[in-house]
Amino acid sequence: MPTYYNEEFETLPRQALEALQLKRLQSVIERVYSNVPFYRDSFNKNGVSPANITSLDDLQCLPFTTKQDMRDSYPYALFAAPMEEIVRIHASSGTTGKPTVVGYTLKDIETWTDLMARSFVAAGVHKGDIIHNAYGYGLFTGGLGAHYGAERLGASVIPISGGNTKRQIMIMQDFGSTVLTCTPSYSLFMAEEAGVEGVDFKKLKLRVGIFGAEPWSEEMRREIEEKLNLDAIDIYGLSEIMGPGVAIECIEAKQGLHIWEDHFIPEIINPETGKRLAPGEKGELVITTITKQGIPLIRYRTRDITSLTYDTCKCGRTHARIARMSGRSDDMLIIRGVNVFPSQIESILVGIEGVEPHYLLIVDRKDNLDTLQVQVEVDERLFSDEVKVLQVLSRRIEKEIKDMLGVTCTVKLVEPKTIQRSEGKAKRVVDNRKL
Amino acid sequence: MKVEQISIFIENKSGRLAEVSRILGEAGVNIRALSLADTSDFGILRLIVNDREQAISVLKGKGFTVSKTEVVAVEVPDQPGGLASILQVLDSGSINVEYMYAFVERCGDNAVIIFRFDETEKAISTLASKGFNMLEGERLYGM
Repeated sequence: MPTYYNEEFETLPRQALEALQLKRLQSVIERVYSNVPFYRDSFNKNGVSPANITSLDDLQCLPFTTKQDMRDSYPYALFAAPMEEIVRIHASSGTTGKPTVVGYTLKDIETWTDLMARSFVAAGVHKGDIIHNAYGYGLFTGGLGAHYGAERLGASVIPISGGNTKRQIMIMQDFGSTVLTCTPSYSLFMAEEAGVEGVDFKKLKLRVGIFGAEPWSEEMRREIEEKLNLDAIDIYGLSEIMGPGVAIECIEAKQGLHIWEDHFIPEIINPETGKRLAPGEKGELVITTITKQGIPLIRYRTRDITSLTYDTCKCGRTHARIARMSGRSDDMLIIRGVNVFPSQIESILVGIEGVEPHYLLIVDRKDNLDTLQVQVEVDERLFSDEVKVLQVLSRRIEKEIKDMLGVTCTVKLVEPKTIQRSEGKAKRVVDNRKL
Repeated sequence: MKVEQISIFIENKSGRLAEVSRILGEAGVNIRALSLADTSDFGILRLIVNDREQAISVLKGKGFTVSKTEVVAVEVPDQPGGLASILQVLDSGSINVEYMYAFVERCGDNAVIIFRFDETEKAISTLASKGFNMLEGERLYGM
């Protein structure tokens, strides 16, 4: 028998759910129109006003919001509530060195906490569980999002954050953790380290793992479930929309992620044309937040590629499900849970010695951890007849990338013209990960 | 007193060194001395050749990264202790050697050691004051 955190809303009949969505959509449109000059201008430019939104279908008349819009509004211009009401600020990494900033009112934190608790319950977690939260705490939403949700549920949360794997394993053993939250690749890394330490995951009390912040596959799920001896559940979220807990798989079906439709309206569009696609068709996920106070976003283009289904799920929840993320409609890479745009690496390289070298990013997954190799062509301005000068240069690039993006990489110096040139958009990334 | 050396960036992959020597051979460039410094990813090939401009032009034409560096060629007696005598002088003069390589003259009793110093002028005057003979570039290129 499925258990629910908020049965009334999670199993709301479709018609009632849509009526609720429309009411909330109209109210958020009113709010951004009066409070956010960006939206007022863009609605006016597109010839739409709040009065035009009389059905859910009318959502399609509204313009998209993009990550670029958020960057242009850095830091607070998209906020719909006054700063006195903002109680929390999070941010995601930005391509230009400026992060994407989001603000939460107390009510937003309440909503997020509730939805995260709801997500935990859908994943089979309950009061009495000991949640080992290895998502990073800080500006990144993962750690705190899961933390508050766990507390709301009445579970015990271990706020261990990321890193220091040996200690993580010791604590899981000694504290009797029953639920693990981290990126899927980190879970496999932990399993491997545990093997080295002589710790058998099958003897731990872990029952459920809630994994997100990076794309993964069914094969990887099977591997995690086998090696960690738990149910591996996929969770989805993004700081722009809320953080973790926008959507999650139910443990009953593990068949697509329920997106909490009483707070978010999902659409799938063709990323080229912007036209809405039918259920089942693969395209870019667009989300409209309908209850957020701090920074409501209308038709936010997530750039994540997935599809949407409204089919009945065996868990009884009526909310639509999105399929596993199968890619991005932009060139963003997720490396060990960190969002990386090739342009960020490019701007770091350009800043070194004042040159703009040709470069190629090779992403791979070795021993279940993502690896990033940055190939840089050595032209005459970079070249030296001394080995140590070139090695110092490599180390410097590695360090700057680590400092700016938080990603560990190795730099490989290569001969000029060995990186493939192309007529159109340069190919900057080779992703060898089998996801 | 200085000699021009050319340095070539070579990725550590099979056939690259052969490619460089083939290009130089076809262009009629003769190699007088060479040294290869390598790491796991790349190598730096350093050459003294009879025709620098030709070597640079054909290698650049094939897309190689090439640079010119001034080095110092010092003659030492081709006998036990020959190298030690010169290193002793450099050490007592606190002169740092970035790298070095040697070859033996075809005729005569001397070996030639090619040095790259961080302070070239200071090295030259120190060596000269101790009576070491440094070869002019033209002599070396045409050896």
